[in-house]
Amino acid sequence: MIRELRVIRSHGTQFVKDLRKQRVSDLFCGRPVISGNITHDEIIAASGICPLAAIDPGNGALDLGRCAFCGECALLLPDRIRFTNDYRIASNSREALKIMPGEDSVLRIDEKAVRKEVRSMFRGALKLRQVSAGGDNSCEMELNAAGNVNFDMGRFGIEFVASPRHADGIVITGPVTENMSEALNLTYDAIPEPKIIILAGTDAISGGIFAGSKALNRKFIDEHLIDLYVPGNPMHPLTFINGLMDLLNIK
Amino acid sequence: MKGIKSIELLKNPGTVSLNDIPMSEYDEFFRQTITLLGKDGFHCLNYFTVRTEGRLNFYMLVANDEAHRVLIYGHSQPADVKELASLTAECFPLHVFEREIAENEGITFKGNPWAKPLRYPYNRADRNALMKDYPFYNIDSEETHQVGVGPVHAGIIEPGHFRFHCHGERVLHLEIQLGYQHRGVEDIMLSKETILQRAIISEDISGDTAVGHSTAFAGISESLAGKEPCNKLKIWRTIALEMERMAVHIGDTAALCGDVAYQIGQVTCEALRTMVINSMQDWCGNRFGKRLIRPGGSNFPLTNERAEIILKTLGEVRHRFLEVTDLIYNDSGIIARFENTGTLSVQQARLAGAVGMAARSSGLHRDIRKSHPSLAYSNMNYSPALLDGGDVLARGMLRKMEVELSFKIIEELIMSLMTNNETVPAPDYSLHYGPELMAVSLVEGWRGEICHCALTDASGRIVKYKVKDPSLHNWTALALAVRNQEISDFPVCNKSFNLSYCGNDL
Repeated sequence: MIRELRVIRSHGTQFVKDLRKQRVSDLFCGRPVISGNITHDEIIAASGICPLAAIDPGNGALDLGRCAFCGECALLLPDRIRFTNDYRIASNSREALKIMPGEDSVLRIDEKAVRKEVRSMFRGALKLRQVSAGGDNSCEMELNAAGNVNFDMGRFGIEFVASPRHADGIVITGPVTENMSEALNLTYDAIPEPKIIILAGTDAISGGIFAGSKALNRKFIDEHLIDLYVPGNPMHPLTFINGLMDLLNIK
Repeated sequence: MKGIKSIELLKNPGTVSLNDIPMSEYDEFFRQTITLLGKDGFHCLNYFTVRTEGRLNFYMLVANDEAHRVLIYGHSQPADVKELASLTAECFPLHVFEREIAENEGITFKGNPWAKPLRYPYNRADRNALMKDYPFYNIDSEETHQVGVGPVHAGIIEPGHFRFHCHGERVLHLEIQLGYQHRGVEDIMLSKETILQRAIISEDISGDTAVGHSTAFAGISESLAGKEPCNKLKIWRTIALEMERMAVHIGDTAALCGDVAYQIGQVTCEALRTMVINSMQDWCGNRFGKRLIRPGGSNFPLTNERAEIILKTLGEVRHRFLEVTDLIYNDSGIIARFENTGTLSVQQARLAGAVGMAARSSGLHRDIRKSHPSLAYSNMNYSPALLDGGDVLARGMLRKMEVELSFKIIEELIMSLMTNNETVPAPDYSLHYGPELMAVSLVEGWRGEICHCALTDASGRIVKYKVKDPSLHNWTALALAVRNQEISDFPVCNKSFNLSYCGNDL
């Protein structure tokens, strides 16, 4: 008993009190800011080095849904592109993930696009079934971490459950492999209506570095309405939880 | 080696000229392989095929642990070869490689006692072979039943299908069917041509081993270009590898505790893992060490100031981890669940070709850091932790020992950094590779032996990239370990191995 108490004392409290304002390392790659003064040549250069074609060579928009957050563009053009450590980069709008030059505001959820039943049904309790479809296990570990003693999203009634029959939605990680496509469909079909779909991580949102691989089958993603995109490689637990708080309108 | 037709790889990572690799007749290749792999201290690192004009070339890489060398040799067949005698019947650990070759190239290995599909890649030779038709082992008995689990499991983990053959609660046999995670890694490695793209792919081979696999890729890239990283960069990479090991081992300890409902162990270890991966984030911005390891240099210097903060945090982690593991492994309830559960004997470990920490928990001494040292391991007097229990308890205890060892290594290396004035360059994404080479890069990731190989053509372009994650071998070890166990003990056995699905499926 005394030894247990000693462990508990050493352990202390690591609970993140305010999930909205927790500070993370300055090196963390969150929401990018691209200078409005970026020239066409610089856009071409940044787009050229980007390993995932996340930077539009035309208008210079950086698509967080494709970004691997390697930060190479910012290293190439430190005066023009920087990644802030703002981890609140999830959105229900695929278009909102495209950050334009000159844009420097917090990513917001498109309120009009939130389905009414999502908030009325799930705000107090949201149970999610996770399916990894080619995920590399880093997003999966971060989703596990979202429920651990540090981040504890269970405080909002948000939890992962084992059975799709008990779930209100599905969280997909990975670029969606052909070999996993049938199981993904079956799992989704087993969830009762109404239900939501969340894509966690760059691989799920766009295929990431695996985009274009013949081993993928992204039909499911293309054919369904997505309720929340959570960018990251992997996405940070704070990005995931903040995204859900925004979607459900939890203050 | 005397009487053996092979070229020896002298360095890790290193290259040999493709023309220097002796290609024998299949009979001779067969005999030589059986002779070599029958010896103590020798095991197969990789065995794979490369298609060239009109030929199908097979390359075999055998580790000679004592001599710190890799023996490379092969055989060459006509492009339409359909049948070869199976080595698996004589040397079971080779089954994974023969299954892979059979599936990719449409070759029948005659006499293979376990000729099963490995991962159903999109470009398999037989597109009519479907996952739903997997040829499961069958026991024709009215007294036994089958339990099928997955691919989607009751948690946030990767997909795979487990088929248990049970007699009552007792598992007679477990068959593991994988392939759901197949993303085409080896092909995408060729089709995405910049070094930066390939470095990012290597991080995603298995995201929980981002540092391990990206270090292996950096080794391939640098050795093909004939570049040697400076000492400081080698030390940084070694520290990153050991931090990855610490983080996962501590996280696995949490998961083991979780499976037997020992909450204090679970939550404290989860929080301790957070401290390690947050230290990684303080170093490079990513909790998994993605973007940290790049060929030719690094974008993220480990300054003395940052190193001291990391060392202080990890020292605290070590202290608390030892305190809580002291509690865990002295708890009679825990011991009752872990001891003699999921035992993998040393003979079974050999049979499976087990590598890494799973092998070392069963008394099988396999550790690339010792046998084929690279990076800073070459200059340190490292001796691996070794246990012989082979059960869940041994795999748990070995993690504890390795966390201590990793901390010791990190501490020593950070001390040595304080007086190191070298300047580490930025990554080099314009490396030019030498022509007609085979590069081999071995890294002891936290799970075990990672082996990357690359072949270049006459213009120095990579034409084959071969990845091997330690899980490829260790899945068989898990299947053997659960024989004669209660099926209810499967989760804790599974966690004690913690294998990679995507590392296997590629």
